[in-house]
Amino acid sequence: MEDTGEIWELRLYIAGKTAKSVAALENLKKYCEEYLKDKYVIEVIDLLVHPQLAEGDQILAIPTLVKKVPEPIRKIIGDLSNKEKVLVGLNIRPAKKPE
Amino acid sequence: MIIEPSESKPLLPSLPKACTGIKGLDEITGGGLPQGRPTLVCGSAGCGKTVFSMEFLVHGALMYNEPGVFMAFEEKTEELTINVASLGFDLEKLQQERMIRLDHVHLERSEIEETGEYDLDGLFIRLGHAIDSIGAKRVVLDTIESLFSGLTNQAIIRAELRRLFEWLKDKKVTTIITGEKGEGTLTRHGLEEYVSDCVILLDHRVENKISTRLLRIVKYRGSVHGTNEYPFLIDEDGISVVPVTSLGLSHDVSSERISSGVSGLDSMLGGKGFFRGSSVLVSGTAGTGKTSLAGSFANQTCVSGERCIYFAFEESPKQIIRNMHSIGIDLQAHVDNHMLRLLASRPTINGLEMHLLSITKQVLDFDPSVVILDPITNLVSVGSVSEVKSVLIRLIDFLQGADITVMFTALSLNDNISEQTDESISSLVDAWLLVRDIEFNGERNRGLYVMKSRGMKHSNQVREFVISDSGLDLVDVYMGRDGILTGSAREEQQLAEKTENVIRTHAVSRKDKEIERKRTVLESKIASLREEFDSMQDELNKTYVEEELTRKVMEQNRQEILQKRGGIQ
Repeated sequence: MEDTGEIWELRLYIAGKTAKSVAALENLKKYCEEYLKDKYVIEVIDLLVHPQLAEGDQILAIPTLVKKVPEPIRKIIGDLSNKEKVLVGLNIRPAKKPE
Repeated sequence: MIIEPSESKPLLPSLPKACTGIKGLDEITGGGLPQGRPTLVCGSAGCGKTVFSMEFLVHGALMYNEPGVFMAFEEKTEELTINVASLGFDLEKLQQERMIRLDHVHLERSEIEETGEYDLDGLFIRLGHAIDSIGAKRVVLDTIESLFSGLTNQAIIRAELRRLFEWLKDKKVTTIITGEKGEGTLTRHGLEEYVSDCVILLDHRVENKISTRLLRIVKYRGSVHGTNEYPFLIDEDGISVVPVTSLGLSHDVSSERISSGVSGLDSMLGGKGFFRGSSVLVSGTAGTGKTSLAGSFANQTCVSGERCIYFAFEESPKQIIRNMHSIGIDLQAHVDNHMLRLLASRPTINGLEMHLLSITKQVLDFDPSVVILDPITNLVSVGSVSEVKSVLIRLIDFLQGADITVMFTALSLNDNISEQTDESISSLVDAWLLVRDIEFNGERNRGLYVMKSRGMKHSNQVREFVISDSGLDLVDVYMGRDGILTGSAREEQQLAEKTENVIRTHAVSRKDKEIERKRTVLESKIASLREEFDSMQDELNKTYVEEELTRKVMEQNRQEILQKRGGIQ
């Protein structure tokens, strides 16, 4: 599965540099480096700067991580502190586990 | 609390209010919803929450120049646009004019994974952006409780909602939050805890298979408000609430009189008819001509150039027009001239309060001088007698306040007048006409009484009520040895009198002739006597002349003899 050449397009919506946002971004980067090395793009959108973008992705909660590609679209809200949930949400399985 | 100095009320600054533009609601609330504060509108499914809040926004945009944001959690914006188009709201246009902004918040639990701490800043930012982009003064959140089904962490939602409402107050936007009614609570998730300024409860009740929509202001901090349950109506014009429970008896009265359309009836009512703005009850058993009387009154009103609304609960407009045609009344012409509005509905189409409301609406719309309800008896099928009475009291009150004459017809099943109460409204009305059957001599005829007529001299006599091809009229009844005579008995009596008349005339002329004859005989007798006298006179004269002649001749002879004897003188 990891060899399909797919790129994970991830968007993290935050509202200013709050503790939760910073934690979320740190967590996300950590998981990506660990499981999706060189196969991911993270776009951080600060809604305080671009409030009009909130409507498009139906953002209510902050922080929200949106995975657009690969399908299906999933949203993960919160500071991403629960690693298992994030990995399931992103359709990433730990490499050690067999297919 | 925001206290703003008000120019119109210099005494004490009162709570500023935002007009809803919903007919009647602003009267109950004394000016609208609390400005700059959130109001909770709650009720069960299908009770009109979305329509209510949408109307608040659209009226705000169109009438008060206050742009509004509608944040829909349940319906998509396209669906919403189509749904409210039936009320005549063009959301597309309003959005282009930047007076309304619709925002659909889509929340799908299956798409969302929750990990750790979060807040709802996204919602705040979205709403804030929407408000700022059009300078909104009004906001609707419909139904924000969806958050509870979309997200699992209730503690966060509750904390964030509390923050949201405070934030909306700081933004000074007038907000409507809708909430679904819960078991034993106003809302399923207890939103009333957070919104404590104004709570409006909408209800959709079905009793005896008849539905009635009701609105009640549960609380309104810092303002007096009506506390009753007010019926409201959702139709093509949107919501209308009519605060019909006000019961004052202080309306102006008119001493102007209007004709009933039946000259005989007018003369029974002091010769001039009903008072303008009075209420008239026409009661009677089946087939006594109540509708004909009502139709005649309607016709007279239109003929004299005034408008009339005829509410029919038994017959269709076409049927009434046809039937009235048969007694020489052309209502169609008045309908075509827009002088008459014939409105027919089955009583069971909606509840009593709804009937009252729709009648009030029609009256306000058409501004008639006469309203006819035919018959009110049928309304009992949708409510109890006491409910009907309460509705009629309010209706009479409303109409009299507007100086509108109202005529009710009522079917009485009981022919005993003393027991008859007619939905016990006979005490409320100003004039009560009773049409009843008079059964005599093997036929039924109609008799009309004026049972009461406040403030005018009226006849205490029963009149026979005659319906003919040329309309209605009242004729005097005949008092016979066996009581009053009506119908063919009356005609018989009339015929008998006519015959007697003819015979008497005949007799008189015969006597006249005899006298004439006698006179002729006498005169001829006189003539013959005169002739006799004349001839007798002639005879007598003849003798006299002869005697005179004889005497003359004899004298002459004597003189001649004397001369011949020798002239001795």
